[in-house]
Amino acid sequence: MTPGVRRGVFLAGMAAVLAFFLWGLVGLPGFGHYPGPYGDVLNAIGIRQTHATDIVSAVNFDYRAMDTLGEEFILFAAATGMGVVLRHLREERERSAVDEARDRTDPGTSEAVRVAAITFTGPTVVVGWYIVSHGQVSPGGGFQGGVILATAFAMIYLAGEFLALKRISPVPLADAVEAVGAASFAIIGISALGVGAAFLANVLPLGHMPGEVDSAGTIALISFFVGIEVTAAFVVVASEFLEQTLIVRRH
Amino acid sequence: MQIFPFIVVAWILAVGLYGIVTSRHLVHLIICLAVVQSSTYVLLLGVGYKAGAAAPFFSDIPRSTPAVDPVVQALALTDVVVEAAVSALLLALAVQAHKRFGTLDPEDLRQLQG
Amino acid sequence: MTPPGTTALQAAILVLVAAGATAVVLMRQPSRQVVLLSVYGLLLAVLFFAFQAPDVALSQLTVGAVILPILFLLTLAKVRRQEE
Repeated sequence: MTPGVRRGVFLAGMAAVLAFFLWGLVGLPGFGHYPGPYGDVLNAIGIRQTHATDIVSAVNFDYRAMDTLGEEFILFAAATGMGVVLRHLREERERSAVDEARDRTDPGTSEAVRVAAITFTGPTVVVGWYIVSHGQVSPGGGFQGGVILATAFAMIYLAGEFLALKRISPVPLADAVEAVGAASFAIIGISALGVGAAFLANVLPLGHMPGEVDSAGTIALISFFVGIEVTAAFVVVASEFLEQTLIVRRH
Repeated sequence: MQIFPFIVVAWILAVGLYGIVTSRHLVHLIICLAVVQSSTYVLLLGVGYKAGAAAPFFSDIPRSTPAVDPVVQALALTDVVVEAAVSALLLALAVQAHKRFGTLDPEDLRQLQG
Repeated sequence: MTPPGTTALQAAILVLVAAGATAVVLMRQPSRQVVLLSVYGLLLAVLFFAFQAPDVALSQLTVGAVILPILFLLTLAKVRRQEE
């Protein structure tokens, strides 16, 4: 199939899909007219039931925690699969590394980047930690905070400290932490069965006041472990890609 | 203007798919896939939006304030993070393809296969 | 009470998002495309704020503007080194 023909087939197909889409839109409630009762019900009873003032976190880690468990294992499987693909490559690479040698000088990291990266590493960790631990109170939670924590590791690399990065986050350790984070989520769910509640039911004490950090029971706990899992997953992902780019650079 | 956000969704989806179909570079293709995925976030949040309502966070507003749907937001926010991991997996496959065939052009890869 | 439908702010950001998606797709040079992608990620984050979804905006901000560009740039760096 030539590119021209393919483009023609695509445009015809896309036109049909868009026609169906627009046809469907006509029957939908317009933008701003949210129809369903589900969200309204959760907004009304969520705080009373879970003591979390962030209803999105309550949905993520309590009402629909089962879905989130699935999402988290997608993340886990993707990070692991990527490691498998690239690790196989690295072996191949090292066997043929000899003829890769070239005398090319690396420009190195500029001082401006280095200073900015070092300056922001600490605050990034603090912000990430705050967002992980306050997910039940304010916008945030394990997913967002975990990504922010992972960027702190990227900043250490930007500061030109690849060796320091390898020392504080060796890939096997990050792998293990990732597994612990993912497993803890499932274990919290299973331990609810142990006390006679449903899988992933919120069985911990909810704290005395909604809006306090120690409230919301398992929501805070699951958010914490998701944060660990997401951080480790992205540290693994970034480290694997860094390894790939640095293999040639090493000699 | 009530369906304008959904028309934007359709546009993002269409333009992203067009990029995938006509792509001549695997990295370009994966970026286009990320664009396609982003259309679903706009769709989800657009469906759950309620005119004049607040965000579903009640730490500093009265609990009876009308708020937008939290369920679609929970769906979208996990999906954003998963999207990054899926892109990483696809990029790893692209790196491997380049390693074995020396090209990132899907057309050339297809010819090599034959 | 805000009238139903999009507000002017939302409509303006939606137009920018649509233009951003188009620009990302039509830019055929991957390294420049990555920069456009991170700008597009920021636009999406702003849109999510306007849709009253700060949680998703935070997620999109960190993933779209930081993690994805890093991954794409590292891949491009790797590929270029192999081609040299």
